[in-house]
Amino acid sequence: MATPATTEAASSGTMPQLDFSTFPNQIFWLVVTLVVIYLVLSRIGLPRIAGILAERRGTISGDLAAAEELKQKAVAAEKSYQDALVQARAEGAKIIAAAKAEIQKGLDAATAKADAQIAAKAAESEGRIAEIKAGAMDAVAEVAKDTAGALVTALGGQADAKAISAAVSARMKG
Amino acid sequence: MAGEATSGPTFEPMHQFGIHPLFGGDTLHWYTISNVTLWMGVAVILATLLMVISTRRRALVPGRSQSIAEILYSFVHDMVVDITGHDGVKFFPYVMTLFTFILISNYMGLIPGAFTTTSHIAVTAVMAMAVFLTVTVVGFVLNGVSFLGLFWVSSAPLVLRPILAVIELMSYFVRPMSHSIRLAGNMMAGHTVINVFATFGFYAIIAPLSVLGIAAMYGFELLVCAIQAYVFTILTCVYLRDALHPSH
Repeated sequence: MATPATTEAASSGTMPQLDFSTFPNQIFWLVVTLVVIYLVLSRIGLPRIAGILAERRGTISGDLAAAEELKQKAVAAEKSYQDALVQARAEGAKIIAAAKAEIQKGLDAATAKADAQIAAKAAESEGRIAEIKAGAMDAVAEVAKDTAGALVTALGGQADAKAISAAVSARMKG
Repeated sequence: MAGEATSGPTFEPMHQFGIHPLFGGDTLHWYTISNVTLWMGVAVILATLLMVISTRRRALVPGRSQSIAEILYSFVHDMVVDITGHDGVKFFPYVMTLFTFILISNYMGLIPGAFTTTSHIAVTAVMAMAVFLTVTVVGFVLNGVSFLGLFWVSSAPLVLRPILAVIELMSYFVRPMSHSIRLAGNMMAGHTVINVFATFGFYAIIAPLSVLGIAAMYGFELLVCAIQAYVFTILTCVYLRDALHPSH
């Protein structure tokens, strides 16, 4: 430090790196440089970058948590939707059953009514048929008596109306 | 080193490393503003631009310059934590300062006409000695006498231990030398080779080859600049680990 060097004294012939007269100058400015860089970095640069990185990490994990929460919400919403769907289905089934029962009741009543009407009609018809049958039997007996009387007369007998009628009736029963 | 160039080009590959006062004058006092001052000042400005100005927006989604600052930060921070452990984080600003300065100075030296401060053994030796003294002082302050266990290889057979202790002690004191000469030597060699190639370019017939050689060497130097900054930093971390955890 005490001996100022002559510039470029050893620039030719030797390595400037080994020119010890330049060492004090280099070392002094190096120390100044390193101290300044150290202060700039440790006071401003590095804490700031550390802050940025920590903030980013916080933001990312916060966003992930929010996403997870939203996902949970979506799952819950889907579940409640499914529940509502199941409930609506049950409700619908119930309504259908009620309607069916109602319809069945009306149907039963109508069927019973129709059956009764059919039965009445059938009974009426049967009465009529029996009447007609009876009428026909009487007519047959009349014709038989007449025929028998005519036959007897034709054969030269004396037609006894009472006897013929009794005989015809006896025959017809048999 | 410089040749006796009587005819043709002046062969002075070491001239680029010369140190001279910036504003005239012949004498170089310790306080003289020299080309060393200029380029170290530029390094300070670039370091500030890189690590402080680029991050001024504190963007959550970083831009290009902020990304570079963050990558450098994470790179060195992870290195310090991985090698020295979590208690080594208090040395992180110190390591980061060395890394930033060396990286910027190495790359600035690749600007044609620039002066490479890290090619000087005085510069690298001061940084290496600072690391060496820090490791030694911190080692003794934190561990007391047990810091000497660093030299006593307890896993070796007892007979070998004194011999190993001598070897370990020697290697310990050689550290600052290898630490500093590695960086300065690499930078100096690369620049000298480029300069020699450029001198060959004086002859038109070799000039194309010379240009090719310079281009190849320049690309190689782009790698070396980063690697040497990395090597210096990682060795600093390795030495600091010895101070924090001296047991083998």
